[in-house]
Formats: sequence, C-alpha cells, structure tokens
Amino acid sequence: MITSPFFVKPTPLQVVMLKVAAALLPAIAVYVHVFGIGILVQLTLATLTALATEAACLKLRKYPVKPFLLDGSAIVTAWLLALSLPPLGAWWMVVLATLIAIAVAKHLYGGLGQNPFNPAMIGFAVMIVSFPAQMSRWAAPLALQSGPLDAGAQLAYIFTGRLPGGIGFDAIASATPLDTVKTVLIQHGGLGDVLQTTLFTSGGLLPSQMGWIALAYLAGGLYLLFSRIIPWQTPLSFIAGLGLMAAAMHLYDPNHYTSPLFHLFGGAAMLGAFFIITDPVSGPTTPRGRLIFGASIGVLTYLIRVFGGYPDGVAFAVIILNIAAPFIDQYTQPAVFGRKAKQNDSSKKGAKP
Amino acid sequence: MNAPAMKASLPANTQPVYRFHGGVHPPEMKHLSNAAPIVPAPLPARLVVPLQQSIGNRAKCRVAVGDLVKKGQLLAAADGTVSVAVHAPTSGTVVAIDEQVVAHPSGLAELCVTIETDGFDVWGDRTPLDWRAALANGDGKTIRDYLRDMGVVGLGGAVFPSHLKLGGRDGLETLVINGAECEPFITCDDRLMRERAGEIVAGIAIVAQLLVARQVLVGIEDNKPEAVAAMREALAASDIGNAHVVVVPTLYPSGGAKQLIKLLTNKEVPSGVRSTDLGVQCFNVATVYTIFRALEHAEPVISRIVTLTGNVARAGNVEALIGTPIADLLDFAGNQSDSEGYIYGGPMMGFELPDTQVGLTKAGNCVIARSAAHFPTKAPEMPCIRCGECATACPQELQPMDLYWFSRSKNFGKAQEWNLFDCIECGACAYVCPSSIQLVDYYRFAKSEIWAAESAKKAADLARQRHEFKQFREEREQEEKAARLAARAAPKPEAAAAAVDPDKAAKIKAAMERAAAAKAGAAPANETAAPAVSVDDDKAAKIRAAMEAAAAKKAARAAAEAGGETPATKPAAALDEEKAAKIRAAMEAAKARKAATDGGVTAPAADATEPVAKAAIDPEKAAKIRAAMEAAKAKKEGRALAPSVSDNTPVGEVAGSLANEEVQVDTPSKPALDPEKAAKIRAAMEAAKAKKEGRAPAPAVPTDTPAGAASAALASEVGQVDTQAKPAIDPDKAAKIRAAMEAAKARKAAKEGGEA
Repeated sequence: MITSPFFVKPTPLQVVMLKVAAALLPAIAVYVHVFGIGILVQLTLATLTALATEAACLKLRKYPVKPFLLDGSAIVTAWLLALSLPPLGAWWMVVLATLIAIAVAKHLYGGLGQNPFNPAMIGFAVMIVSFPAQMSRWAAPLALQSGPLDAGAQLAYIFTGRLPGGIGFDAIASATPLDTVKTVLIQHGGLGDVLQTTLFTSGGLLPSQMGWIALAYLAGGLYLLFSRIIPWQTPLSFIAGLGLMAAAMHLYDPNHYTSPLFHLFGGAAMLGAFFIITDPVSGPTTPRGRLIFGASIGVLTYLIRVFGGYPDGVAFAVIILNIAAPFIDQYTQPAVFGRKAKQNDSSKKGAKP
Repeated sequence: MNAPAMKASLPANTQPVYRFHGGVHPPEMKHLSNAAPIVPAPLPARLVVPLQQSIGNRAKCRVAVGDLVKKGQLLAAADGTVSVAVHAPTSGTVVAIDEQVVAHPSGLAELCVTIETDGFDVWGDRTPLDWRAALANGDGKTIRDYLRDMGVVGLGGAVFPSHLKLGGRDGLETLVINGAECEPFITCDDRLMRERAGEIVAGIAIVAQLLVARQVLVGIEDNKPEAVAAMREALAASDIGNAHVVVVPTLYPSGGAKQLIKLLTNKEVPSGVRSTDLGVQCFNVATVYTIFRALEHAEPVISRIVTLTGNVARAGNVEALIGTPIADLLDFAGNQSDSEGYIYGGPMMGFELPDTQVGLTKAGNCVIARSAAHFPTKAPEMPCIRCGECATACPQELQPMDLYWFSRSKNFGKAQEWNLFDCIECGACAYVCPSSIQLVDYYRFAKSEIWAAESAKKAADLARQRHEFKQFREEREQEEKAARLAARAAPKPEAAAAAVDPDKAAKIKAAMERAAAAKAGAAPANETAAPAVSVDDDKAAKIRAAMEAAAAKKAARAAAEAGGETPATKPAAALDEEKAAKIRAAMEAAKARKAATDGGVTAPAADATEPVAKAAIDPEKAAKIRAAMEAAKAKKEGRALAPSVSDNTPVGEVAGSLANEEVQVDTPSKPALDPEKAAKIRAAMEAAKAKKEGRAPAPAVPTDTPAGAASAALASEVGQVDTQAKPAIDPDKAAKIRAAMEAAKARKAAKEGGEA
C-alpha cells in the first residue's frame, strides 16, 4: 500500500554522489597538471577496486547489488582515497587501501549509512600506519623534476616499481611541503630559510604548487556548499579552527610555526574541509554539533601536524572525531518547535505533560 | 502555479509575517482544478453516511432501518462532549444501518447509515437559533450546543468538533482563520473564498464575537491572489474591527495550524498545549462558513466542497452531500481508466482510499485520481545516510533521521525523548529524503506502538488495582467477622482490638489506600459527596481524600463496634495502645474524608474544608488544610462514638479520653508545631477537653446548661476557626488555630452527643 506523502522530491542519492564526484574534477585537473597522469591511474585503480569490493560484499551480504553499486558512494570513497595517497605509489597500495576502506570500514560495519568512521580515512590511516615509508614517497611536482617523467614512465613505475633508464626514485622524489617543514624543524629547531626553497616558492601566491590543488578543492567545495549538498557549518568551522590555531601560533613565533595560509593550503586541509569531514554518515547531524565537530577536527589537525609524529593530521583527527559524533549529537539537540527557552511561560506549561 | 505578475499585484501586507523553520515546496498542481466554479454534485442514488464524523465519540444512532428521513433530519446525536451530531444529507429511506468500509487509512468498517435517496431533496423541520440574542445574553453555551447538534466540525481535515474551540473565557488575542490551503492539488478553500467570501466573513464575525477576539488574521498563501482579493473585499465591507488578510509565502505546510499561527503571530504552540493558552485560536475558512450556515440558516453540515482532481477529465470543485460514494464523484469528474488509485486528502498527508464505494466524510476535502503522470513510482528505499535534509525541512524542528533510527530499532523511549509526538506527520521529511525513505510511516508505526503499550499498561494497572481492592475487601470482611466473633465469645475490648495489631494496621492502611484509589477511579459515584475523582495524577489530592474516606468508614465502624461492646464500667480500657493505633488511623482518615466529602454541618466547616480537595498538593496551604482536617476530625469523632453514646452515660469521659489519646499520638507528627508553643497548645487542648466534657452530658441534664450561652461561645470560636484558617501559614498563629480547632472538635462532640 502506498502511503503519504505521495510526492517525492527528485534528488536521489546518486545525484548527491554525482555532484560530489563532479566537485572533485577541477582538483583532479590541477593535480594532473602538477604531478602528471599518475593520479588518473590511481583513481582508476581505486574505482575498479571499490566497485569490485562493493559488489562482492553486497553479494556476500545478500543485498541487491545493482541499486547499491549505482548509488555512487563507493566511487566517492575511492576517489577521496586515491587523492590522499602518493600519486606514484605502487598499484597495490591504492588497491589495498580501497579494499580496506570498502570491505572493512564500510561493509563490516553494515554498509552504506552504518559506518561509524569515514571509510576513506580508515583506508588512509591503515596504510600510513602499516607502510609509512611507501606512503611518504612522493614525487616532486613535474616542474621541479630535472627530467620530468612522461606518462609511460609514471605508468611503469606504478605497476613495476622501476623507472626507465635505471634512475632511482630518489632522483625524482621530494618530500611534501608539510613533511619538509617537519623535518627541518626537527633537525634545526627553526624554519630558517626553508620556505625560500623552490618547493615552496614555485607555488607563487600559495605556499607550494600543491596549494593550487587545494584551491581547486576549495572551488569544488564552494560549489557543493552553494548547491546545498553539504552544510556550511562543518567546513567553515574546520577552516576557522585550523586557521585560528595556526594564526595564533604563527604570531607567537613565526620562525617556528608556519602561517595559516601554509596550513590551510597544505596537505589535506581543503580536501578534508569540503569532502571528507562533510561525510554525513560519520559526522554529527545537528547544526551546533557540526560546528563543534568541524572546529575540533581543525584544532586537532593542527596539533597533530605541529606536535605529533605525522606530517599531516587530517585523517587521524577525522577518525577521532568520528568516534565523538554520536556523543556530540546527543548533547547538541536543537530545541523543537514551541519548546525554545525564549518562549514565555507557555512553553513551561508545555514541558510539563 | 500562478503568474508572478498576479502575486506582485497584491497589495502589501499590513501585518508582519514570521517565517517558520523548514518547509518544502512541492509542485502546486492547483491549476488543474482552480479555474472552474464550484458546481453541485448530482444527487446519488444512495448515501453512505458514517456516524463517526469527528475525532471524538461516534454519534448515537437515532433512526431505524425503514425510517423515512427528510433532509437535515437528525440521524445520530452527539455522544458526549467530544462528539457531534450527524444529519440526513437529503430526503429518502434508511435502508441499512451497519458496518461498512469508510474513508480511513485502516480500511476498517465503521457504523454507517445508508439512505436510499428519493430525489425530492425535501428539507425537514429546521429549528433556527436566535444566536444574536444568546450572544447578547452572554449565553455561549446555547450556541455551542447548537453547533454540536448541527454537526459542525473542523473541515480542514482534522474534524475536531468546533463547539469545543468556541468556549471563550476572557477574550482571545488573535483569531486565526486558515485559508492557506498549502497542500498541492487541493483548491476547495480557494474556490470557497473566491465565491463565498461574504458568508465566510459573516462566519468570522460570529466566531470573533463568540471568542471576544481582539484581532482577526486571515492567512492565505500567495498562490491564491483571487481568494486574497475576495476576502479583503469582504472583510472591508464587514464591520469586524481589526481584521486583516495576511498573504503568506507558498511553502508547505504553512496551512498546518501550528505553522500558520507561527506565521501570523510568531507564537509557537508546543505539542500538548492548546493554542488558546497562548491567546490564539485557529479555524479553517470552510468551518467558519458552516458555522455561519448553521446559525443563520439552521443548516446542519450535510455537504462540503470537494476538489476532484488528478487523472480526471473535468477536474474541479463540487459541493457534494456527505455520504456520497466517492465512485459517484469520480464518475462525475470523468475518471480516466488508467488511474492507479485514489488519494483522499492531499498528496502530502492524504491516504489511499481502501475502496471507492466509501461515503464522503466531513474530512474529505479532496479526491485525487492517481496516475503515473502525476505520481511516478517512488524509488526503492535506500539506507539513511544522515544527510540531515529532513531536519532542514522539518517545520517542527525535529531530527527526523534520529526519529527514524529510533523507530526502526523500536527504541520507543528514545523516540519519545526526541519528541516523536511533536511530529505533525506533514511528510516534508519524506519528501526531501534522497534515500526515498517513507519516514512518516516509521513515525506512525512508533506512535501506534507507543499508544498500544500505554493502553495495555493502563488496563494492567486497572486490573491490579481491582485485584488489590478485592484482597483488601476480603481481608477487611474477615477481620470484621473475626472481631464480631471474638466480641461475642469474650465481650472484652482487648479482644476486639486484638484483631488489629499495629503492624497489621499499617498494612491494612496501605491496602486501603490503594484500594480506595482504585475505587475512586472506577466508581466515583460510590463516594457520594466526593468531588469527581479519577486516576489522573493531577487529582492525587482528591484520590487521597477518597482513600482516606474508605479507611475512615471502616475504622469508624470498628470504633463504633468497640464502643458498643465497651461496658460502661470500663470506658478508659477501650483506649489501650493497640486500639489507640487503630483509632488514630481512623481519625487521620476521617479528617480527610470529612474535609473532602462532607459539606459540614455548619458553614464555617464547609469553608474551611473547601481547599482540601484541590489544594492538598499546595505546600502553602498545608496549615490551612491541617486546620480543616482537625475540624473534621472532631466531627468524625463525635460520629464514631455516637452508638456508644446511645447506651452509655459517661460520654464526656469517653470522648475526652479519646481526644486526649488522639492528641498525644497526633502531636509529634505535626512538624509545624513550635516546641515553645507546646505548652500553650496543650493548655488550649485541656481547655477544650474540659469544655467538651462539660458540654457533652448536656442532653442528659438539659436544664443544667445555658444552651444559648454555649452556642454563642461556640459561634465565636467557630468564627475564629474560619478567620484563622486563611492566614494560617503564619507559624505564630499555630497555637491559636489549634485552640480553635480543638474548640470546634469539642463542639462537634457535644453536638453529636446532643443529637444522640
């Protein structure tokens, strides 16, 4: 029997996921420009793995495969994961990470809508804990490589781990900006003139070339924000939390603590702000809860970056706050219609029965 | 959708509009049916009139099969307050009174009167009400009763009896008239406002007078510019002061009473609170129209405007008789063969008709023939991803995704904690859900489960109370029997008293209290003088009084028995410790009983006892109540001893000893008693006792006592009770009050003695 409402607004889940994926496209384009086509290989591997894992899991769980496979959520997870891993990482890394994200972090917890943690961040965290060396092997941006790798060489490296012409990976390797800063601080106790090296100056107005990828994430994120796919509270409070922390510390000691701009446009900050911490399933749902959630992740990210053992802290901060999401929801329930404190004595009457 | 140019042509609101949270904007689809004027539906061969035509009790059938009925004749009378009468929509013959499927989502059968129409449509006798005179006399009840007997209910869909909303107390701040009609497809109110604005406004004038409304606000959505214009014109032509049409933005569910009240007055009516408590009352335009028709033309509600729309050839509005089979209406509108179902009400809150043979009810504002063109098949339900779209859309500011989760997992306690019952089931959440979850179904499920559990619990409670009372009664009967037997075997007071040892007495008292509560709830008539009692929490005080009454009766009987058996030579022996406990229980009980149930022999007593029933909970009145209790105690004491008085001479002595004992037992339990005043009080008590003792034998030696002087003294003392009862909160006066109370007690004893 059909029950009311007989109308349904035509914005199904696929459309939501499609828009999220579309919002990632500008960043992927910039990514390709900065690092080469390696990222496309990674995205493809991740997508295929995600779909295969999803289908297998659905089958094992005796769920209808088609509607769930086509909801797009697995693809979004895969893309976010691929964009977080080193662009020239070995093929098995992205495959393993995606497998873990989909099978363990999503389906073992009950599938779509049931996962307490952001699947992509679980995949990333497992990788960085299990394979720290491989996870930090980033190639330098193409423009900074002495002899830029062509597409074939990138492809070959991802699948074989060997570069043509017998050159070692170290020849083209470069630490990420966050990693570089962390190493310098540990070794020299101060930033010195590390920010004047080409890795940073090549970014122009932004802290590095990777800053432009972050800018593209920001653009995509704003699109999602204005098309009301994501709420404004989470990304804004995250940016405020991270930015204000960085600003305060930077003002305190500019030679030791990098600028807010560096933090916001370095690492996974922008990707996290608009695409990762906005995952509705693993975050709080109340407006106030979202503010607390975002700001906490921002502050925690900064603390992990600056005082922790890892160059970036977004993944761990997100996972930690995912645990707290139900708790945050519990204590940030908004007042319902007619039960607001501002109402006069009538609301008290209402509260009694 | 109406052209924006038309919206722009509307004059600006003179009154502010306050937005409510959330809301959705589904396709309006009003253009299908809002162009053509209202036409009368053809007279059907048969009418199936359900007798359940309001949210309250089903009306009581007043016709029999085979009866010839005239149009407007009473078919069934209102049954109780929350119920309205049902009338014959046309003339004809009653051919069946039986259970038939009605327009209800359950598809369950309900008692209906089936009338075979005779085609003459002849009116029966109509008895108009001179409502203007009644109104001038301030006789609102006559008007309200008349409306109930005319079958007037809210026609917006809730079918709440209108007479219950017209009980004006001390004037209403704002009367809200609901012409919003926010549901898609429906245009019956729109057409009614366009075509019969004058009569609606006349109805508004009546309601405004009945409720003494200071302001009238008519809320209409901005997609009905013609209705707005018509209503503004009619209002301007009327003599209703301070009445305005307020154009509200088209946003579902602005036509929900709570949402419209918020829009127009910025007041949020919480669930469980009546809007009148906030100075607002809301009526649908069609309802005020029927109020006008009923009062001015003595026309009961026997027809209504129905929108016939959707997959029909001639969508529009018809004025149809209540009971008209929906199939007839659909035929009239040109139903298409590919209709897949029929929605009764709007697409957001209506329901699928179980059968098109059901009769039109007063709630039936719209029938939509459903087809794939207007209502594509909904996507299969996907898991909730907690996106929060539903919370953004919810006009009640709930967290629908949490409610969904709790309902689904049958965590009903949590669902209630998350304000499930604030949900108005508007469907905005389900409308926006990207996972196509039928959220409202989950809430309906949770609500019905909770209701079922509550009614089961109530039934169990009632059964337990009955059982406990039965146990108590059996125990009491046994004790009484034992006491009688013991008394016969060995006529000693100890024997009778031994039947009730102290711990048992406490147990019995507890049982008595529980049983009395049950009794009070089940049969208030038993406690003749007790105010209406129920198991309601608020009435705890009353119940307590009733409980004590039961205890008192029993104890009084016991005391009387004991007194009766007590030989004249050993009156003091009757007051051994065991008995003291028993008597004390009786006294405590009687205090309350007298206070609550007895009108009192004298006016002051009545005055003093009056607050007990309702104010026992109020701590401020504790002292007052105590005073009343003490007064009553005295009265009871006299009565309890009455039998002994009849055959005993030293009444005064017995009574005095009794009073003495009782006071000793009682005194420590009075926390308000200032130790410094103990002596004073004691003195007062002694004085009273003396007085009592002196007075009690009066009837035996009538010539001894100057009766006139005694009663004068009594009167002054009683007066003191009365005056002191109110400021008794003052601890300083405790002693004085106590003295007065004792005096009253004495008087009662004397009086009873005298009567005996």
